[in-house]
Amino acid sequence: MQPLILDRKSAIKRDPAPSRVAYRLQRLWLTPMFRSLLRTGVPAFLVVGAAAIFVSDEARVDMLTQKVTDIRRSVEERPEFMVNLLTLDGASDEVAQDIREILPLDFPVSSFDLDLEEMRQTVLGLDAVLDAQLRVRSGGILDIAVTERVPVVVWRSRDAVELLDVAGHRVAPITTHRFSTDLPIISGEGADRAVAEALRLLESASVLGERVRGLVRMGERRWDLVLTGDQRILLPETQPELALERVLALHQARELLSRDIVAVDMRHGKRPTIRLTEHAVEEMRRMKNIELGENRG
Amino acid sequence: MTDLYRSQRAMRNMRQAAMQRGVVAILDVGTWKVACLILRFDGPERFRADDGVSSMAGQSSFRVIGAATTRSRGVRFGEIDAMQETERAIRTAVQGAQKMANVRVDHVIACFSGAEPRSYGLSGAIELQDTTVTEPDIGRVMSVCDVPDYGEGREVLHAQPVNFALDHRAGLSDPRGMIGHRLAVDMHMLTVDRSAIQNLIHCVKRCDLELAGIASSAYSSGIAAMVEDEQELGGACIDLGGGATGISVFLKKHMIYADAVRMGGEHVTTDISKGLQVSMAAAERIKTVHGGAMATGMDDRDMIEIGGDTGDWDHDRRAVSRAEVIGIMRPRIEEILEEVRERLDAAGFEHLPSQQIVLTGGGSQIPGLEGLASRILGQQVRLGRPLRVQGLPQAATGPAFASAVGLCLFATRPQDEWWDFDIPAEGYPARSIRRAMKWFKDNW
Repeated sequence: MQPLILDRKSAIKRDPAPSRVAYRLQRLWLTPMFRSLLRTGVPAFLVVGAAAIFVSDEARVDMLTQKVTDIRRSVEERPEFMVNLLTLDGASDEVAQDIREILPLDFPVSSFDLDLEEMRQTVLGLDAVLDAQLRVRSGGILDIAVTERVPVVVWRSRDAVELLDVAGHRVAPITTHRFSTDLPIISGEGADRAVAEALRLLESASVLGERVRGLVRMGERRWDLVLTGDQRILLPETQPELALERVLALHQARELLSRDIVAVDMRHGKRPTIRLTEHAVEEMRRMKNIELGENRG
Repeated sequence: MTDLYRSQRAMRNMRQAAMQRGVVAILDVGTWKVACLILRFDGPERFRADDGVSSMAGQSSFRVIGAATTRSRGVRFGEIDAMQETERAIRTAVQGAQKMANVRVDHVIACFSGAEPRSYGLSGAIELQDTTVTEPDIGRVMSVCDVPDYGEGREVLHAQPVNFALDHRAGLSDPRGMIGHRLAVDMHMLTVDRSAIQNLIHCVKRCDLELAGIASSAYSSGIAAMVEDEQELGGACIDLGGGATGISVFLKKHMIYADAVRMGGEHVTTDISKGLQVSMAAAERIKTVHGGAMATGMDDRDMIEIGGDTGDWDHDRRAVSRAEVIGIMRPRIEEILEEVRERLDAAGFEHLPSQQIVLTGGGSQIPGLEGLASRILGQQVRLGRPLRVQGLPQAATGPAFASAVGLCLFATRPQDEWWDFDIPAEGYPARSIRRAMKWFKDNW
């Protein structure tokens, strides 16, 4: 019979059998749940716990954020990223000066601190600027390419005299002492909303040369062409160019506008009307009377 | 009887649960070695259990993913003798297999060879209530079988219906749905010593494992080593183990008889040890390297260095001829085979249509055994190796692993046992409450 009480000291370690503890531990380790817990759960718990302990102290968090901003700052303020110069392309002196005034730039500034899109919106906020492209060029240069608005007409409204571009947008106000441009003049309420049409009409009317004084927007819906001598051509709401062409054709054939008339009313296409001057009316009456008299006589 | 019915049913349910989980361990507790295989059920036919015989007879549905063998300790004659030692051996084997498979197993199907198995033939008959045989009828006919008094302290290990007869037609394997009036059944019941089973259950429990099934190793090595024709036409499987020799007789693919001779390879080793006055380890080496069952003239001149470490030069430098070793081994082998012959004669083996005998187990590797066995057991003797199963390591494909491989097949395609059929209900309400309780127990 084998000895029932195992003499641990003298027992030779030749037994290949695992001890109960080793056997149980191996089985535990082979349990998928336990294994995944130990492999992912414990590290995750440690990381979260460490983070929680770290965050629990305000001073340490402040120190960390301070450190992070310092590092960030030090990278951003490297000379490679600094912008020292502003160049403006395609801007007239006045506009350039305006842009320099409105852009809150304090050179040298880091290119990380420049919000190009916002600056672009600021520049576009200027009346005289149609489009602007901003980019930071190598060498620390902020390059702004500006497309200016081209004034095409002078709009004389009730309050002020302004230059407008094709789209009817204000380009610049005009002070009275500088009112000496050769741009055509338009006026009237809402004239700025129909600049393109006005330009087409003026183009057609250019055959009249110096006689054209300008266009007046009537009731925010139609145009009057004003000529020298207070002559007016009242154009209809629809197809005003056609009406103008008819008047100009009449003028060419019969010298209509050289005659003694106040206005040509083209508002109704089927019934063009002319208004004579007072003198002309009397003269006509006189002529008629003479004619009648002759006939009578 | 109902107690056993319940415990076997519980084991069957546990086996189902293990198959659902996909991993189950096979444990062969032998006298010479403890083998542990770990099976994984994830083959292509895992969910096609019901539509008849699948390809490869269901063997493609599992795979051996872990295997380990260790020298058995504390087992004599296929029975547990020293429980602590056996537990350690089981632990070693299970741990090795788990390590190889890299999974944890909780359910184990075990087999053992000893515990004095005894076979009984049972029969019963009922009149059918309606003319068609239904599943409850089969349960009913099995429950009316008159169970012999198999003695106190014994336990039913297998109880398999082997033959159904409907009116005058016998030899039905599945009478369900057939028309008839009188249904009779023949059952084969195998009982073993209760204490041996309890010891094994206890050992397995102590290793933190759940027993999901238990089988006689004679039966399982019969499944593994015999081909289908032999099982169909009649044949016996002789499992020459270390401490016990298992006998199982098959007919019509059912085991109809099983027995065990309490002698095995270890007795041969003991004889050599005694005869040559060497240690058991040296005797074992001589047996496996130089042993044989039939001596020839060449063997007289084949001298074997016996060796030894007593320090006595004359004692340690002895040499014997191989014929002498065979002369020691042969009587014991003859004795074992004679004993087997007796058991087979007692079982009426000579009345079977075919009398194929398959020798398997570790002892069948003795050279010349086939010739010796054919003299004693009859002309139709062959050596049987277990079926090939997927993933089994080369080292575990020998005949010594026949019962382990048989258990794999047993786990995947178990024979219908008596406890697979419901006992007819005595009182419906009580039973339904019991079933509800069982459902809760099983699922929570």
